[in-house]
Amino acid sequence: MNLNELTAHELIDQISSSQISPQDVHKSVRDQIDAVDSKVKAYLRLNDNPQNYDAASPYPIPIAIKDNMCMQGIETTCASKILQGFKSPYDATVIRKLKDSGAILVGNTNMDEFAFGSSTENSAFGPTRNPWNLDCVPGGSSGGSAAAVAANEAIWSIGSDTGGSIRQPAAFCGVVGLKPTYGRVSRYGLIAFASSLDQIGPFTKDVRDSAMLLNIIAGYDPMDSTSADVPVPDYTKALTQDVSGLKIGIPKEYFIDGLDAEVKAAIDESIKVLKDCGAEFVEISLPHTEYAVATYYIVATAEASSNLARFDGVQYGLRSFPEKVRKSSLIDMYEESRDQGFGPESKRRIMLGTYSLSSGYYDAYYLRGLKVRTLIKNDFEKAFESVDAILTPTSPTTAFKVGERSDDPLSMYLSDIFTISANLAGIPAMSMPCGFSQDGLPIGLQLLTKAFDEEMLFRIAHTYEQNTEWHKRRTKFN
Amino acid sequence: MISEDDVKYVAGLSRIYLQDHEVGSLQKDLEKIIGYVEKLQKLDVTDIEPTSHALPLTNVFRDDEIKPSLDRTETMKIAVDQRDGAFKVPKVIE
Repeated sequence: MNLNELTAHELIDQISSSQISPQDVHKSVRDQIDAVDSKVKAYLRLNDNPQNYDAASPYPIPIAIKDNMCMQGIETTCASKILQGFKSPYDATVIRKLKDSGAILVGNTNMDEFAFGSSTENSAFGPTRNPWNLDCVPGGSSGGSAAAVAANEAIWSIGSDTGGSIRQPAAFCGVVGLKPTYGRVSRYGLIAFASSLDQIGPFTKDVRDSAMLLNIIAGYDPMDSTSADVPVPDYTKALTQDVSGLKIGIPKEYFIDGLDAEVKAAIDESIKVLKDCGAEFVEISLPHTEYAVATYYIVATAEASSNLARFDGVQYGLRSFPEKVRKSSLIDMYEESRDQGFGPESKRRIMLGTYSLSSGYYDAYYLRGLKVRTLIKNDFEKAFESVDAILTPTSPTTAFKVGERSDDPLSMYLSDIFTISANLAGIPAMSMPCGFSQDGLPIGLQLLTKAFDEEMLFRIAHTYEQNTEWHKRRTKFN
Repeated sequence: MISEDDVKYVAGLSRIYLQDHEVGSLQKDLEKIIGYVEKLQKLDVTDIEPTSHALPLTNVFRDDEIKPSLDRTETMKIAVDQRDGAFKVPKVIE
């Protein structure tokens, strides 16, 4: 295998025994980008001045960053025209931690504009393609980060997950994607979509790498008042191969009519694998599951409409004036900058959020949405009284074709039906590869645990992975 | 039901100027999405407390200490337009 196809823990072993250098690894990644990124389009821009290579640093690993995390002096756009040209004056906490650990920041990856989407087709700079089948979407909104790892254009990447934006693309691209507990990773420097739901997390080729990368980025940060002041364990210590005595719940509400037969078969097979390893499976109920998508599109858009109010042409990014008006007012400038700067999905979500917060509709939509959120959160709390973890499919289908759902926002929203609840409840969840369809597209399984119990996720995921081979498959390009 | 006038009203609240051709498609999309979220009306939420945040955090305070902050000249490099170290905008008061 080429260096760019290896995992970080394999590379670190070779670097620490001086068989290879961090430069060799970075070159291998850059060569792959030169060879395939014109097809995959995972990156929006490459970083030509990465960190100094330091083989003695703990993690001299090439990593790609979703384009909604601020990197000092480098353009950060959220794949939106409204932020084109914006160069952040500071580093996000996650970026600072990665730099401190010696990581090589390869570049910034494509995404749905402001993370609004499930296919990376809403990028103002064109879609990313799925490395397993270039006619398909990579999922979204962190599609560029998922595709970069799947196409071996990065060893690791970082994404953000508001309703499934790490897990769904991880499933579509056949990689491991983790949304940590809300508050586990600092959001300082993450350009906000929905502040009560957003969480940063890792994309990796296997579970061990996921634990290593979470070790780097997790932890309390005074710069983010919503980050949790809770001790961070060494997650690699949770990578045992022991699930005997664990009770895993299968929520009956997740096995719906729209669930693809191949996805269901792969999930059934993974349950068998874990049963053979000693886990016990029980059927559980999460009775408010069918309300999760509706609740999410109230809560998330309300928060988004508020967060995106700052993009108005006043301070940074795009400023635009109406052509026909000779003398423009401040309000003309706001309205024209936002019309020119935001794409169609951003406008839809800002307006939906504004609507549900507006006078006369607040109680019926926004406040009701927050109350149903309580019911969804309670469902999980009740479930975790009797089980250690929950296992579900990550998405009802494998990756869909580019263009297939882009004209119907609602059908696009429903592709996140299994991932949204974890954000509403604030609990951690991981997607990992558990099979392939007849067409050669990856299938993902999702594990969920109670808040701040990522160790349980790693324990179960690692056991499953060590007893299967899915994580060893690599994409090939002609 | 969402009318085209509702769309224009909400666009105004959102400070988004809409071209005429955008109004019709947004009306259809928003009506469909709001029609879907109507399902929340079926649930009885009497006596249910709203959850605005997943963590039980209230009033996160810190000590009032002076710490280093971003350099003003350096930070103002992001400005679209500026004068004397301040953001410059069209005249607000005639």
